[in-house]
Amino acid sequence: MSKVKNVIICGTGGQGILMASEVLCSAAWRSGFDVKKSEVHGMAQRGGSVSSHVRFGDKVNSVLVEKGAADVVLALEKMEGLRWANYLSPEGKLITCDLVIEPMTVNTGSAVYPDVEKIINDMEIPNLMIPVMEIAKELGNLRVINIILLGAASKHLLEIPEKNWFEAIEERVPPRALEVNLEAFRRGKAL
Amino acid sequence: MRKKLNEIDSGKLFLSGNEAIARGAWESGVHFSSSYPGTPSTEIMETIGSDSPEIDAQWAPNEKVGMEVVAGASFGGARVLSTMKHVGLNVAADPFFTLSYIGATGGIVIVSADDPGVHSSQNEQDNRLMGRAAKVVIIEPSDSQEAKDFTGMAYEISEKFDTPVMLRVTTRICHSKSIVEVGPRVNVPVKGYTKNIAKRVPIPSNARKMHTRIEARLKTLEDWGCDSPLNRIEMGEKSIGIITSGISYQYVKEVHPDASVLKLGMTNPLPWKLIKEFIDQVENVMFVEEGEPYLEERIRSRFLVDGTGSELISVEGELNPELVRKGIKDGESLPLTFSEVALPGRPPTLCPGCPHRGAFHTLSKMKASSTGDIGCYTLGLMPPYNALETVVCMGAAIGVLSGIEKAVGREKMPKLISAIGESTFVHSGITGLIDMVYNGSTGTVMIMDNSLTAMTGGQENPTTGKNLRGEPAPVLDLEKMVLACGVKHVRVVDPHDLPEMKRAFQEEFDRDELGVIITKRPCIMQYKPKRKTVAIHDPEKCVHCKLCVKLGCPVISWDSEKKIPVINEMLCWPNCNLCVQVCPKDALSKDLEGVV
Repeated sequence: MSKVKNVIICGTGGQGILMASEVLCSAAWRSGFDVKKSEVHGMAQRGGSVSSHVRFGDKVNSVLVEKGAADVVLALEKMEGLRWANYLSPEGKLITCDLVIEPMTVNTGSAVYPDVEKIINDMEIPNLMIPVMEIAKELGNLRVINIILLGAASKHLLEIPEKNWFEAIEERVPPRALEVNLEAFRRGKAL
Repeated sequence: MRKKLNEIDSGKLFLSGNEAIARGAWESGVHFSSSYPGTPSTEIMETIGSDSPEIDAQWAPNEKVGMEVVAGASFGGARVLSTMKHVGLNVAADPFFTLSYIGATGGIVIVSADDPGVHSSQNEQDNRLMGRAAKVVIIEPSDSQEAKDFTGMAYEISEKFDTPVMLRVTTRICHSKSIVEVGPRVNVPVKGYTKNIAKRVPIPSNARKMHTRIEARLKTLEDWGCDSPLNRIEMGEKSIGIITSGISYQYVKEVHPDASVLKLGMTNPLPWKLIKEFIDQVENVMFVEEGEPYLEERIRSRFLVDGTGSELISVEGELNPELVRKGIKDGESLPLTFSEVALPGRPPTLCPGCPHRGAFHTLSKMKASSTGDIGCYTLGLMPPYNALETVVCMGAAIGVLSGIEKAVGREKMPKLISAIGESTFVHSGITGLIDMVYNGSTGTVMIMDNSLTAMTGGQENPTTGKNLRGEPAPVLDLEKMVLACGVKHVRVVDPHDLPEMKRAFQEEFDRDELGVIITKRPCIMQYKPKRKTVAIHDPEKCVHCKLCVKLGCPVISWDSEKKIPVINEMLCWPNCNLCVQVCPKDALSKDLEGVV
């Protein structure tokens, strides 16, 4: 029996985390795997931290990724990636981005937004820091950030063939936005 | 195009626990459903509303009414469903306990969605204790497939044994997704209403007989449960035998796949013979359960068996694989490569454009505060507002304000008001207001009317003009209703009109009589304004006072080098101009002309 793959997708409310995790689950299911995912709704979605746990393999039991077992932590916001980095396994990788969304504690001056790059480097966390805003602007669509990141993650989830990713994206996005989303995925994958 | 669930008769779907329960109800031929929203249960009704037109489904003003209406529909022979969060069952406890005595003509399933870990609630009560106290059958699924299948079995049990069945789920069942094999809908006829006073009128002489009957019902079900597929023994290593239920079962299988497991899908009444059979086969018994040591205490007291459980894991919070591994594997944990980093928290905040911001900002500026209630506006407690200081339960804002006045006198708290949303007011605040009028309280009640049950994701209610399916419905006129309660001073204010909001508060603070302020402005989830406009900042005019930042709006952050606000244009809400109003030097502007 193959090992179960563990992915955490994190960021803040309203960023498209749930859509990204739906695409990942659909792509994994299309590849013949058992799949489970878990996330929290309600109060947490009002601008708070949001995370989605996705696990796939021959047979999945727990809906939650165990601390120390994540193959990929995929972050749609820079500090949130660091928050979840302790879930990484020794072989795991943090795939994150330069997008900063300041929490209210920083806005109102009661906390300081940390130097995330420096902490990641000091801790020697294996990572890929993606300039997503730059790429999204080049693509002319700021809503494809999550798909760029999924493209980058796909290189670490090779159990899922590319065509299944594409089908999963096609299932989730309106036809007029399909091409830009597929291009976003390819751009992420090429990084 | 996404297919609706009722258009799919067979095959596999990727469903959340809540969607699976809705599907289970649909497949079981359920006719009617009435509920009040509450995280983590809300999506069951939403899925029925959007995907199951065969089920007549409606939002109730509160859980008690929801349960009473489904009770009546069951008396009429319909299969019925009522869903609620764990604390919702407290509201519905009165009909729930007696409905157990009366029983089910048409099958009755009550979903109690508990929230261990308190993701979005005010406590983490374990409603298996409520179900046991009410002497109903409790069913606990452990994934989406079981959520669907067990819902179907619950209707069979309900009708066969003449009992309501509680389907007890938790956040990680409701809001996790897994693969579910589905089937077609079975059409069950509505049996019709037959007069049966002995069965449905629990006057003392009848109630005593009913009690005798339900004790016998529990005995019968105890034996039935030993052979039911709901409960099963999975023998592995005999050195360790784990008794578990619900989501905890999945964590046990994850971290200790070789252990022997007794998986209980029916946790009231307990299948004692099966439990004894399991205990006799294993050397050490352990209990893994989320919430209270419910199974542990009952089983250990019955069989005087040695065993461990709650003291090794926890009765507090939510379980996860780490906690279960540590508990059942003698403190073991996976090696952590990277330690946790201390980072600024990201607490939830009021949305950009939220109507509540104007009210709480004004209260805060006036050094006033509120007794609070349950909804998005509970966030009024957060900085920079710090304008909400008590929460008890749905509707309590009003009674609590009145009680503080009784204890210390209005003169000691002239600027303390009651803050309650319109949906919560209709749920259970109205009786508090009637009490204030009747018993001569002089405080101020603020009904925050955003015309939506917002915190749970945006549901209709009796004030919104629409029903569960989005069809037109009569609108409850809050102003007339408050007047009818006997309140003499009622006014409606736009909370984004800051001078008017301030005047309203000041007049009520100064008045030695009960007054009600209705703040009326729709939730931003209600509509999308036609034109996108964003606030513009002019650094030339800026005096660096930070008053705009102190609004606590997620759109505005502070550039500490240039000492000016930074506007996040992606987030700025088109028809809000609070920051423009608070800027003393017109450094912020916004073109609102034509924005509707």
